[in-house]
Amino acid sequence: MSFLLTCPNCGVREVTDFGYGGEISARPKSRPTLRELGEYNYFRRNRAGVQREWWFHRSGCRAWFIAERDTATNEVLLTELPADGDGGSSA
Amino acid sequence: MSRLEKQPGELINRLNVIRFTFDGKPVEAYEGDTVGSALYAAGRRTFSRSFKYHRRRGLLCCAGQCPNCIVAVDGAPGVRACTEPVREGMKVEHLNAQPGLELDVMRATDLVGTKFTPPGFYYKTFIRPRKLWPVYEKVLRHAAGLGVLRKEQPEREWRTEYRRRHADVLVVGGGAAGRRAAADAAAQGDDVVLVDEGPVPIEPIAGVEILARASALGYFDGIVPVWQGDTLHQIRARRHVFATGAIEQPLVFAGNDLPGVMLSGGALRLPQLYAVSPGTRAVVATTSDRGLEAAATLHDAGVRIVAVADLRTERTAAARRLAERGIEVLIDHTILAAKGGKTVDGAVLGPNGVEGASVEKTFECDLVVVSGGFAPATSLLLQAGARTRYDAARGSFVLDELPPNVTAVGDVAGVDGAGDDGAAVAVPPPVSGAGHGKCFACLCEDVTAKDIHLSVEEGYDSIELCKRYTTVTMGPCQGRMCQLPAVRLMAKETGQSLEQVGTTTARPPWVSVPMGILAGRPFDPAKRSSIHGRHRELGANIKWAGDWRRAYDYGDPQAEALAVHRAAGLIDVSTLGKLLVRGREAGEFLDRLYPNRFSDLKPGRIRYGVISSDAGRIVDDGTICRIDDDTFYVTTTSSGAGAVEEWFSWWLADWRMDVQLTDLTQGLSAVNLAGPRARDILGELTDLDCSPEGFKYLDGKQAGIAGVSCLILRIGFVGEVGYEIHFAAAHGEHVWDALMRAGADKGIRPFGLEPQRILRLQKMHILVGQDTDSESTPFGAAMPWIVKLDKEQDFIGKWALEHYAIEEPATRLVGFTLANGYVPTEGSVILDGLGDPAGQVTSARFSPVLDRVIGMAWVPSPLARDGSQVTISDEGRTLEAHIQTKPFYDPDGEVLRS
Repeated sequence: MSFLLTCPNCGVREVTDFGYGGEISARPKSRPTLRELGEYNYFRRNRAGVQREWWFHRSGCRAWFIAERDTATNEVLLTELPADGDGGSSA
Repeated sequence: MSRLEKQPGELINRLNVIRFTFDGKPVEAYEGDTVGSALYAAGRRTFSRSFKYHRRRGLLCCAGQCPNCIVAVDGAPGVRACTEPVREGMKVEHLNAQPGLELDVMRATDLVGTKFTPPGFYYKTFIRPRKLWPVYEKVLRHAAGLGVLRKEQPEREWRTEYRRRHADVLVVGGGAAGRRAAADAAAQGDDVVLVDEGPVPIEPIAGVEILARASALGYFDGIVPVWQGDTLHQIRARRHVFATGAIEQPLVFAGNDLPGVMLSGGALRLPQLYAVSPGTRAVVATTSDRGLEAAATLHDAGVRIVAVADLRTERTAAARRLAERGIEVLIDHTILAAKGGKTVDGAVLGPNGVEGASVEKTFECDLVVVSGGFAPATSLLLQAGARTRYDAARGSFVLDELPPNVTAVGDVAGVDGAGDDGAAVAVPPPVSGAGHGKCFACLCEDVTAKDIHLSVEEGYDSIELCKRYTTVTMGPCQGRMCQLPAVRLMAKETGQSLEQVGTTTARPPWVSVPMGILAGRPFDPAKRSSIHGRHRELGANIKWAGDWRRAYDYGDPQAEALAVHRAAGLIDVSTLGKLLVRGREAGEFLDRLYPNRFSDLKPGRIRYGVISSDAGRIVDDGTICRIDDDTFYVTTTSSGAGAVEEWFSWWLADWRMDVQLTDLTQGLSAVNLAGPRARDILGELTDLDCSPEGFKYLDGKQAGIAGVSCLILRIGFVGEVGYEIHFAAAHGEHVWDALMRAGADKGIRPFGLEPQRILRLQKMHILVGQDTDSESTPFGAAMPWIVKLDKEQDFIGKWALEHYAIEEPATRLVGFTLANGYVPTEGSVILDGLGDPAGQVTSARFSPVLDRVIGMAWVPSPLARDGSQVTISDEGRTLEAHIQTKPFYDPDGEVLRS
């Protein structure tokens, strides 16, 4: 895997600068059933196509940000710092 | 060395003689020579022995394309003599021949006949008895191969570097078309890099960075690694132009591998670049004008052309130009065999498609010049996503589709050379003259036309299967010389068209590359605490601990542990992760991240915390000290420091709370002072009231020690009264020295990581990652008290932990003691009543203060209670252990709190 990613703080960098945080999955809003909890913890959509996902600028500013990337082509459509409700959590 | 008179384009400098050795014997060369040209000028014709049959092989392409001249240079195997520049004093040696290049005993494999080594030979022959395969393998590995790597490599002195280069345009290939494309792009203002692997210097082009004598290794998702000398350039360009040219193809005929059989390009390069005559009497066999032009050039350079066979049916202008020189061209003829022992001494020509003694003509010669057409060098393009199709007129696979932002120019695109009129090139038969002897399709792996026949006969009848069965195209030439011949033979054997047969997948690396270049600089980054110098002076036993170099002990871990119990000990714990969590919502933030409460922690107080994942599993642990209302000082494990910071900042990015996170791990050092005399030592150095009432267990205070402001945490790190002292890293040795001086008359001793593990094990303090794994929950790890399910705040892991609070875990973490003094291996198995594995030992040590072996283990829940017995199986040894659930040392914490 090799492509360029734009850190919202630092600019364009090699993808090896970053840590991958996986696709954004919604944290249950209230107490889930065991099955819902299992799905949240262990199941991924694993989409072939455009998905929203977390990235971490590990060798740079150490900020977490969100990217929209086509997993089939590694084309990155946008990167941005998270806004309210972006991260999928409810807490 | 015999040389021609000065040639117009020669690369050699005759004023500068370079001396090197080949197999220990001195060789003279000129500056600008390659090892190959110098050896050829010195009369050498055999350059290597072949992979399987140990046949003599000589210069063929003189362009670094074929495997025939691979040698070792200064101990490094896999170097092509024909492109390796000569250097004063270099030691060149042959490969794959015993005892020597001129007399090779393994030649027997060739003389005994093909029966001895057909494809799949090893697997068919050495299958029984199976037990003996290791013995067979040893012998076979020795017999075949392309060189030997020393088993023990000294630390390499060869320094290699990576270089990252971003450009607008990368042009691969510095021929006319590549240079033009580079100049055009630069003229438009693009940032251009041009890469060329040839020996001919390239004139500078304005606005273009030229990497000369540099090889593009492959195309990886838009990155092209380029090897140049000691550097691996990793070039990422927006646009790629491939001007990789076309590769002259050999013909498949009997003895086509004999030294003295040369491609026309190779036969011309020797005189033109190095003023070395390739031979005195030449026979030429060609499928296009290329061979005829070579014949004319060689004639003009003084080589006698004794016969020329042109596969085409029409006499071209080039043939007429040869006739003017008195050289007759045999039309519709081809070569059937090269004859000779050590080198070529004759060639057999005959009319195309007709074989038999009556029509064959034999010519005496010492050079056979072959030109079997050209194959576009499409490998890098194919790796980039291009597609090819078979072009019947050109007789080769040509580019069909290109991916976006990739272009091909020059010969690789088929723009010049062969192709336009039907007479320009003839497609050679897959093999000719088979009755005369072995006809090689693949020189790297010694695969003959007959081997391809056998492969198809045995059912390996697709090109990809045939490749794997015979290893054709898998050698150092990467298919340059053998892809097209193999496809032609496969088409002939299966009756398919070449289009149907197709080609094998083009894979990197396109050029043989030393592993050292890919490895880059030997780089072993280590973290050392600011006190590291003192540990070295004290003779510490220093080992790796994650990224850190740490003092494991100072020579006597047992005595160091005892000193902590009896007087005082000092340990460097700078490796601990240290995070400052500040802000109005800092308390709530920690309440969300930890299963217990922190918002109610009073300033100046400390609480232990375990981080759990949303799956309820233990992630890390550490202590948290509230410094003031808005400020918490969080410590993490040494190995978890980075991950915890990432974890905190991830949730913070999501929750967007009024909290700032600062990682102080590298900026602060820390030491832990512990033992019955620790209080006295600290009292001497600070104005603090260090009495049990003045500085209570789990108090955190700020004070100066030897003029350095410190945060002092009274925690139960090793089980004795102890103070963890954090301060700016720059003062590491100063604070260490002050504590050691103050403790000198109180029996202080430095202690390392190993005694720390003994001391902490005595207290059953878990070591995350050692005593826990990715399945461990706080309930299983005997810390149910750390989980506050009644907490009003939702926290990470709450839902899973609610579940684990009710469900009985299969195994629980408990302590155990052993009577007989044997320390079980960490990882030993706990057996259940039936003798089946049911758990494992995670820590075990001999405790000097308790005078027995103690440990921790995951055991079946029903056995996880005081007084029960479990069986440990340690590599054949069976031990009975007694379970204990309370700390081995000071179980009620009276010492700790005193």
